Amino acid sequence: MTTIAETAPAAQEPSEPKEPGRWKGGLLTFLLILPASFWYFVLLLVPLAIVVIFSFGTRAPNGGYAPDFTFKNYIDAIQAPDPFFVSLRLAFLGTLLCVFVGLPFAYFLATRAGNRKGLLILLIVIPFWTSFLIRAYAWLTILGPRFLADWIGSITGIEDFRILGSEAAILVGIVYGYLPLMIFPLFVSLERMDRSLVEASKDLGAGRWATFRQITFPIALPGIITGSILVFIPLMGEYVIPAILGYGRVYLVGNALVTDFLDARNWPGGSAQAVGLILVMFLTITFYMWTLNRGRKTRQMNVL
Amino acid sequence: MSSPAIPAETTVAASGQGRTRGSRFDVDRLVDLGFRGQATLVYLFLYLPILVVVIFSFNANSLATIWTGFDMKWYGVALSDPVVHRALQNSFIVAIFTATIATTIGTMAALGLQRVPRGIRVVYDALTYVSIIIPEIVIALATLVFFAQTFDLLNPILSGTGVKLNFGHPTIIAAHVLFNLSLVLLLVRARLSGMDRTQVEASYDLYATPWRTFRQVTLPALLPAIVAGFLLAFTFSFDDYVITSFVSGPGSSTLPLFIFGQIKRGVTPETNAVATMILLFTIGILLFGQLLLAWTARRRGGSGDSMAAIVAQQR
Repeated sequence: MTTIAETAPAAQEPSEPKEPGRWKGGLLTFLLILPASFWYFVLLLVPLAIVVIFSFGTRAPNGGYAPDFTFKNYIDAIQAPDPFFVSLRLAFLGTLLCVFVGLPFAYFLATRAGNRKGLLILLIVIPFWTSFLIRAYAWLTILGPRFLADWIGSITGIEDFRILGSEAAILVGIVYGYLPLMIFPLFVSLERMDRSLVEASKDLGAGRWATFRQITFPIALPGIITGSILVFIPLMGEYVIPAILGYGRVYLVGNALVTDFLDARNWPGGSAQAVGLILVMFLTITFYMWTLNRGRKTRQMNVL
Repeated sequence: MSSPAIPAETTVAASGQGRTRGSRFDVDRLVDLGFRGQATLVYLFLYLPILVVVIFSFNANSLATIWTGFDMKWYGVALSDPVVHRALQNSFIVAIFTATIATTIGTMAALGLQRVPRGIRVVYDALTYVSIIIPEIVIALATLVFFAQTFDLLNPILSGTGVKLNFGHPTIIAAHVLFNLSLVLLLVRARLSGMDRTQVEASYDLYATPWRTFRQVTLPALLPAIVAGFLLAFTFSFDDYVITSFVSGPGSSTLPLFIFGQIKRGVTPETNAVATMILLFTIGILLFGQLLLAWTARRRGGSGDSMAAIVAQQR
């Protein structure tokens, strides 16, 4: 996402329209961008502004919002940080798992897949584009008592071994849902890799591990960073996976938000958490931009 | 270290290298096998849930998790279920309107943005990415609160006219258009930037009017991106659960909402049958769109940068 943010405008520049004045006046231009601007304003900026304003208000006696100016909601949110920590931990672990699974796979795809590459990539994309809800609930069966859970239970001898409702189940869902987002940038950075570097490294007597550490990994690093951002950011706001595979027992920020807004009808409290979540995302992205700018020489920016 | 140690070290290094050389064939094969094995597992991991859904939709038993025999009856049950009918109808209404509006105003904006000052473009870029980066659940709740507040504000004013604003198809469509609009914008703008400007200029040099140039040069060049944008917007809208669940009203429940309700109550083979049909339908649409994009990318000579844009857009 962020990567595109960098490239799209840059790619736009060289092809500036070179026929000024051919389209008469700015009225047409104005009319062209008017509906989209209206949509962004009314359904993105105004709702977000409302959330920010609400986050400084207080809960009305029977729920909802009462005007006020207080930081109480933020203090409350900081004093009950559990969902944030659970989200952070799971997002971090999930991202790490995606790197571990995605890196060898992307390496295989980039260097060893031969001419079936296109098909193999398409096979990654197809499930990713279909309903996540459907693909996620299938794990209820797979991880459920009749299948994996009882099987593991019978092997380890643990009575009533259960996976669903635990953080492990969420992690499976996370890797399952987000792995493609890790694979794509990794694949792109590895596919660009100059294979002769690896050959040179081998000819100079370096072992596989040394070659990986000194050649392949640094080349894959921008892809790892981009992939991690693509996975980490949506993970922080994940709501569906814990709602299905966590049985409501694993409580992420997204789920806390819904409880606050709908069950407790504490709109200001929920708003403060939402603002906090958005801040975390923008901090992450700023950090990411900063990292990338430091190692700018790689052309990773033009990748996604 | 004493001098005899040096030759010894070199020998060790040399023999070590010799050993690697000697057994390299086997090690290479083993490593290759490892990579292939891991890749196979990844594909298995990605497709296993889909297989489970499809297989258990043919289960004779009414329990979703115990296999007793092959039966097609659940498709009949699903297709004659009035609740499914209603949800399907709602999903179609929402997806068609969303895709049409998002594609139209997205394409218009992409064209308009070509000829605005740089500052406005930067603002638009920011809006596009903010709408993608902010978690869906936050957008959903913010939109819900926004609609609720607006309705509370407007309904007393409108009370004399007999009009009463409420949640329903329009609210779902309005919310869906927002995230699909960004998608269409990305796709069409990528296509515009890759377009061959000389054709447009040639058209002007041949005294074509702007409208004619647009119709005969620009629009045909953009068409693959527009169609792909439409198809993707349609699927994403059709499949959306999070936003829909917050801004839907009585009677406007869509298929994903139906499925989620079933998940909460316990999945049945009927759920799996509905899910299988949705999967088939969306995969069909997406394959068509993907082929279109691949064809576009090949003609443009670039790699699928628009594909990644779509990928980032999901959810």
